[in-house]
Amino acid sequence: MGNIIALAHKELRAYFVSPIAYVLLVFFALLFGWFYVAGINLMVQLSMGQFGMGGPQVVNVNEFMIRPLFGNTAVILLFLLPMLTMRSYAEEKRSGTMELLLTSPLSDFQIIMGKFVGALALYVLMLAVTLIHIGILFWYGEPEWGPIFTGYLGLLLMGGAFISVGLAISSMTKNQIVAGVATFAVLLLFWIINWIGDSSGTTTQNVLAYLSILEHFDDFSKGVIDTEHVTYYLSFIGMGLFLTAKSMDMERWNG
Amino acid sequence: MIEVQHVTKRYGRFTAVDDLSFQVERGEILGFLGPNGAGKTTTMRILTGYLPATEGRARIAGFDIFDQPLEAKRRTGYLPETPPLYPEMTVGDYLQFVARINGVPAGDRQTYVRAAMERTNITDMVERYCGKLSKGYRQRVGLAQALLHNPDVLILDEPTAGLDPRQIIETRRLITELAGDHTIILSTHILPEVSQTCQRVVIINRGQVVAVDSPDNLTARLQGSQSLYLQLDPSGQDPIPALETLDGVVNVSLTEQRDHVTGLRIELAPGRDLRREISHTVVTNGWGLLELRAQQMSLEDIFLQLTTEEGSDDEPSSASSELVSTAEPDHGSEEQTHG
Repeated sequence: MGNIIALAHKELRAYFVSPIAYVLLVFFALLFGWFYVAGINLMVQLSMGQFGMGGPQVVNVNEFMIRPLFGNTAVILLFLLPMLTMRSYAEEKRSGTMELLLTSPLSDFQIIMGKFVGALALYVLMLAVTLIHIGILFWYGEPEWGPIFTGYLGLLLMGGAFISVGLAISSMTKNQIVAGVATFAVLLLFWIINWIGDSSGTTTQNVLAYLSILEHFDDFSKGVIDTEHVTYYLSFIGMGLFLTAKSMDMERWNG
Repeated sequence: MIEVQHVTKRYGRFTAVDDLSFQVERGEILGFLGPNGAGKTTTMRILTGYLPATEGRARIAGFDIFDQPLEAKRRTGYLPETPPLYPEMTVGDYLQFVARINGVPAGDRQTYVRAAMERTNITDMVERYCGKLSKGYRQRVGLAQALLHNPDVLILDEPTAGLDPRQIIETRRLITELAGDHTIILSTHILPEVSQTCQRVVIINRGQVVAVDSPDNLTARLQGSQSLYLQLDPSGQDPIPALETLDGVVNVSLTEQRDHVTGLRIELAPGRDLRREISHTVVTNGWGLLELRAQQMSLEDIFLQLTTEEGSDDEPSSASSELVSTAEPDHGSEEQTHG
C-alpha cells in the first residue's frame, strides 16, 4: 500500500511539473463553464416562455440544466482524458525510468495501481473544480442534491474506465502521441459502438448497446444508481488494468 | 553471492545470451567485458529481474531472481546504461522516491539519501532538477540511486560512461571502496578500468563466456611467447639476419622503418631472456641502440584476440583456444547484434 501511494504521488507530481495538469484543468474548466452558461441560458429561455403562458413557473434545475450538463461533461472527458493517460507508461519506457521501477522491489500490481490512482487523483481534482459551478446553482436556486451526487459518482466511474483504457494503451507503446490518439479512437469507438447494427438483429443490437460506454451514464445523471451500470464500469476498469498487466508481462518477455 | 547457471536469452530466433554461467563471491568486483552487442546489458537486465531468462537460473544472495524476485531486487542496486532519472524531479526528491520504493523506513530515508549523495559527491545538487543535470552528474545521481538502499549486490552498466577524467578516477575509487561490503558487477568497454578496479574479469562475446580470470592471470596466460621491442639505427645495413641467428630467437619482424630508425619485434622462445645477447650483437655490429624493452600484452590485445573472429587475423590462435572453455565459435548463424 505504501508503495502504491509513493508511486501515485510521483505520478501526480509529474502531472503538475509538466504543463499537462494545468492545461487539462484550465481547458476542462473552460469547456465545462461554457456548457454551464449555455445551460443557464436555455433555462432562462424556458422559464420566460412559460411566463408568457400564464404566470412564471419554476423550471426544474436538475432536469433541464444539470442532467444535460453532466451528459456534455461526459463527452468533454472523452476528448480530454486520453491526454491525461497518454504519457504514463509511454514516457517511462522512452526515458528508461521503467527500468528503475521494474528492478525495484515493486510488484506489477503496485506499479499499475500507482499509475491508476495517480491519474485518478488528477481527474478528481478536475471534477472538484466544477463543484464551484454547482455551488452557485445552490446559491441561487434549489436543485436536488441526490441526482448531483449520483452524477458525480457516474462521472467518476466513467472517468476511471477511460483512464484504465488509456493506461492499457500507453503501456503498449513508447510514443505518447500514438498512445493519446489510439486511446481517443478506442474511447470514441466505445461511444458510437451502438450506432451501427440497427439492421443487424436484436441480439447484436442489445450487445452493442450494452457495450456503449456513454449509454450507461444516463441513469447516473437522472439520479439512479443501477448496479448494472456500476458493474459495467467496474468491470471495464478491471479489464483495462488486466490488459495493462498483460502488456507489461508481454513487454518483459519480448523485451 | 551471485550465481548464474546456464542462463540463455532468446529473442525469437536470435540468441542474445547463450548458456552463460559464472559466480561472484561476496565482496568481489567482477568486470564484464565484451564488444557491443555481446550480451552484457542483456545479462545484467536478467540479473536485475528486468528481463526473464529463456532458460537457466540466477540467484542473488541466495534468492532466485525468477521465483523470489522481490527479495532478490531488495538486495540489488542497479545502474542501467542510461541513468533512470525523472527530469521533473529534483535530485533530492528523486532519491527520496527511490529510497521509498526500495523500502527504506521513513525515519531513515533522510540519512540514507544524504549518505548516498556524499559518497557520489552530489550534495550541492540537491535542489537541481534531474532534467537539467550535465551528463556526468546524471551518471553520478544514477550511481547514488543504485547504492542508496545499501544493497548487497551492485550491478553497474558502464558506470563511468560520460564522465570526465577526474570523475572517472573518483568513481573508480568509490567502486573500489564499496567492494568490501558490496558485491559488484560492472560492465565496461574501457579496458584499463577493468585492470584497475576488478579482481576478476568475464569476457563475453556473442553471448558466450570466452574467458574468466583475474586481469593479471589473463595477461600472463595469453602471453604464450615473450617478445621484445628493439629500436635501432642499423647505419644502412639489414639487422634481421644477424639477430635471427641468435640462439633462443624464434622470429624477427619489422614493425617500423624511418630514415635512420628501424623498429623490430623479436619473439623469444618461452622462458628465455636474451636482452644482453641482443644488445651485445647490436653494439658489436656498430649499430646505434635506441630502445630495447619487453613487450607487455595489454588487456586490449587480449580482448581483441579473444573476441575477433577466427581466420581474419594472424594472432596466435593456439593461445586463445586454451582459454575457450564453453565457446564453440558458430559463425554464420547469427551475425546481427542486439541493442
